[in-house]
Amino acid sequence: MLLLAVGAYVIAAARRPDGGRQVYGIALFVCIVLLGLALGHLLTGRAPATLTLPLGLPWLGAHFRLDALAAFFLIVVNLGGAVASLFALGYGQHERAPERVLPFFPAFLAGMNLVLLADNAFTFLFAWEFMSLSSWALVMAHHQEPANARAGYLYLVMACFGTLALLLAFGLLAGPDGGYDFAAIRAGTVSPGFAALVLALALLGAGSKAGLVPLHVWLPLAHPAAPSHVSALMSGVMTKVAVYGFIRIVFDLLGEPVLWWWGGLVLALGGITAVLGVLYALMQHDLKRLLAYHTVENIGIIFIGLGLALAFQANQMYASAALALTAALFHVFNHSLFKSLLFLGAGAVLTATGERDMERLGGLIHSMPWTALAFLIGSAAISALPPLNGFVSEWLTFQAILISPELPQWLLKFLVPAVGALLALSAALAAACFVKAFGITFLGRPRSPAVAQARETDRYSLVAMFVLASLCLLAGILPGLVVDGLAPVVGLLNGGARLIPQHHQPWLTLVPVVDVKSTYNGLLVLLFMALSGFAAAFLIHRLASAAVRRGPAWDCGFPDANPAFQYTAGSFAQPIRRVFGSVVFQARERVKMPPPGDLQPARLEVKLHDPIWERGYAPIAHAVVAISTRFNYLQYLTIRRYLSLVFGALVLLLLGMVLWR
Amino acid sequence: MLHGLAFDVAHLLAGGMVIASFLLLYQDRLSALINVFALHSLVLVLAVAWQAFIQEAHHLYVTAGIALVFKVLIIPTALHRIIRRLGIHRTLEVVGGVGLNMLAGAALVALAILVMLPVTATADPLAREDLAFALAVVLLGLLLMVIRHNAVSLVIGFMSLENGLVLAAAGARGMPLAVEISIAFSVLIALIVIGIFLFRIRERFDSVDMQAMDAFREKRRR
Repeated sequence: MLLLAVGAYVIAAARRPDGGRQVYGIALFVCIVLLGLALGHLLTGRAPATLTLPLGLPWLGAHFRLDALAAFFLIVVNLGGAVASLFALGYGQHERAPERVLPFFPAFLAGMNLVLLADNAFTFLFAWEFMSLSSWALVMAHHQEPANARAGYLYLVMACFGTLALLLAFGLLAGPDGGYDFAAIRAGTVSPGFAALVLALALLGAGSKAGLVPLHVWLPLAHPAAPSHVSALMSGVMTKVAVYGFIRIVFDLLGEPVLWWWGGLVLALGGITAVLGVLYALMQHDLKRLLAYHTVENIGIIFIGLGLALAFQANQMYASAALALTAALFHVFNHSLFKSLLFLGAGAVLTATGERDMERLGGLIHSMPWTALAFLIGSAAISALPPLNGFVSEWLTFQAILISPELPQWLLKFLVPAVGALLALSAALAAACFVKAFGITFLGRPRSPAVAQARETDRYSLVAMFVLASLCLLAGILPGLVVDGLAPVVGLLNGGARLIPQHHQPWLTLVPVVDVKSTYNGLLVLLFMALSGFAAAFLIHRLASAAVRRGPAWDCGFPDANPAFQYTAGSFAQPIRRVFGSVVFQARERVKMPPPGDLQPARLEVKLHDPIWERGYAPIAHAVVAISTRFNYLQYLTIRRYLSLVFGALVLLLLGMVLWR
Repeated sequence: MLHGLAFDVAHLLAGGMVIASFLLLYQDRLSALINVFALHSLVLVLAVAWQAFIQEAHHLYVTAGIALVFKVLIIPTALHRIIRRLGIHRTLEVVGGVGLNMLAGAALVALAILVMLPVTATADPLAREDLAFALAVVLLGLLLMVIRHNAVSLVIGFMSLENGLVLAAAGARGMPLAVEISIAFSVLIALIVIGIFLFRIRERFDSVDMQAMDAFREKRRR
């Protein structure tokens, strides 16, 4: 069955019909089939299914395996893929260059699925690179814009770097005998030094794809450059495939002897990623880029959960590790839901208005009410507001953080609460950021004529967005079911230990550890919010006035208010820029007043520096350019010189071989 | 008894190829160079056929046959026609310091033996000697390509290098026939392409001397 599904994918990838609807329809169908298969596998708890194809390296073949972990991530990938395909049924009609998107879209989906199913290092790396390259092609779909070309170049460099790191990691795992089969790697053991090296390489390789902080630079450029349904896939789903790679290598393949400082390292990286991601996002006024920076933040939250799980596992606290792992995996699922939803919403806004810059949007709630509602639900979910799903996973992460005083290592005792503070800060800043994103985009008055002309988006897109929005709500009020669904995955990664079954808790309450600590009931919160909301509305309308009145907005005494008088994204972010940006980004503001009598407007200039780019990447880029300029003359030698170089190198190597022996 | 004879003959033929390579290195007249190359290939054919006989590997006869048809007959004939059409068949190529080149060649042969004999200590002595000679032929072919200016000589150097590879493959219990055939065809196609290029180069620069071409290269950028 699995083979058939993958085969159908390959056919879908190979064919290239004229109508985009066919491609997206097939992709939708195959995604739903795969989603059903994966759900069936995860819920029935079947034994892992394996499949060997005589492809790839002759002595290795292509091994595929479907276990609980792969099944869970297959659900994430194919849910995202199905919704993106559904959205694209409508959105794809507006595509300027469909021939640059259609062939790569199913290939991208197939690549992600293959990564999850791969059961040896060769197949894994091949699928990983396939996924990278097909998504690169999608990023470059609108390659005429110079910014996109730069984003694509940076993405390609970082993707190659990441694959190289993973290649080395698998090389170390396989050992000198070259046991590249995952079963052989699991059975073997790695010395502690090599294991730490593998962890570092996995962090580099998977982290560069997921967007961990020093390696995130390509992500906010590349994700928004692709068409919006692809952005949703890249941000919502592909980063999860990277998380899968990390989990597979570190939790599954590397095996048991876990050292406590690994957890500390991953935790610290996660915390820094979460806060820096959201700070970057706050400084952004491009809607899609803002969302991409939020992906960085959420990856940080996921890695906080994974780091906690590693720290607990190192101390044999498997029950706590199960909680942290559940939190991380739950957040993986949640983030794929609401980030896809938000990107689809941004895509709907983009097609309706042709604008991504928030300073030129505004007032869209009047012309696009349904899109606005879906976007609002997504914003509330990503801001971790109850009763939506984002709250549940962050709450679980906090529960895991609250157990941390039981850890024996003093460094972790101090580090974990600090990371908890970072997490709380990032959650609060994310809420602020989405107040900005939703408020500036959808509320107020249109800031440009094109936006005033906007129309509601098509039905396919709306259905896709509302599927995701309702899933966000469902996962928020019925978290116990999701936690139970995750239990086999957690058990697989955690030596059998998992959370207690939640579905027979009374009233759908979520009880992560023991009753005495704390519990959460999403349904109750929803009921309370609904009741208090209705009661307040009822009382106000009853006691005050029931009539709907429309009056002129208060204009501060300036009649005929221009839309430019409104609060802007820049002004909303200004207090936060003052507090955090002046340190992190060395933000400097300068007000330029024209001299008296000059009719020029006054200007407010804001200068931001990207510390990671300027300190980390720019020196490397300079060094590479300097070295290649030095060696540039090698490109202009004569044929005989080249031949002599080859000959000389060969003779030198042979001489070295003779002398070395 | 037969083993001793088999070893001696194989040794003789492989050594003959190295000698032919030295002849190539020394020969400065183009048409004579092509003839020596035909001789080089003929020795290769004999060596491969002998390997086929003593290893009882019949597909190596096919290899030898392909080499005979292509490298002994077709390619030298084609090269003769090319240089005649180009009118350079009487050209004497200036090869500076023949003695020095021969010394360099001798050093390369010594290097090849020094590299190969310790590495293949456990291998069959027959294959060992063959591999050492084959590496020597490859290195001499590269040396020929480095020291010559004329494009036709470069082609000959390349082809002799390829002969060395075939010798190595035949000695090491042969390679799959499909690989052999595809290599033979690729060499033939390389010859065609190079032939066409020679005429194009000639049209453009009035010469097939590589130094003349270098003069036309764009200035080195800083």
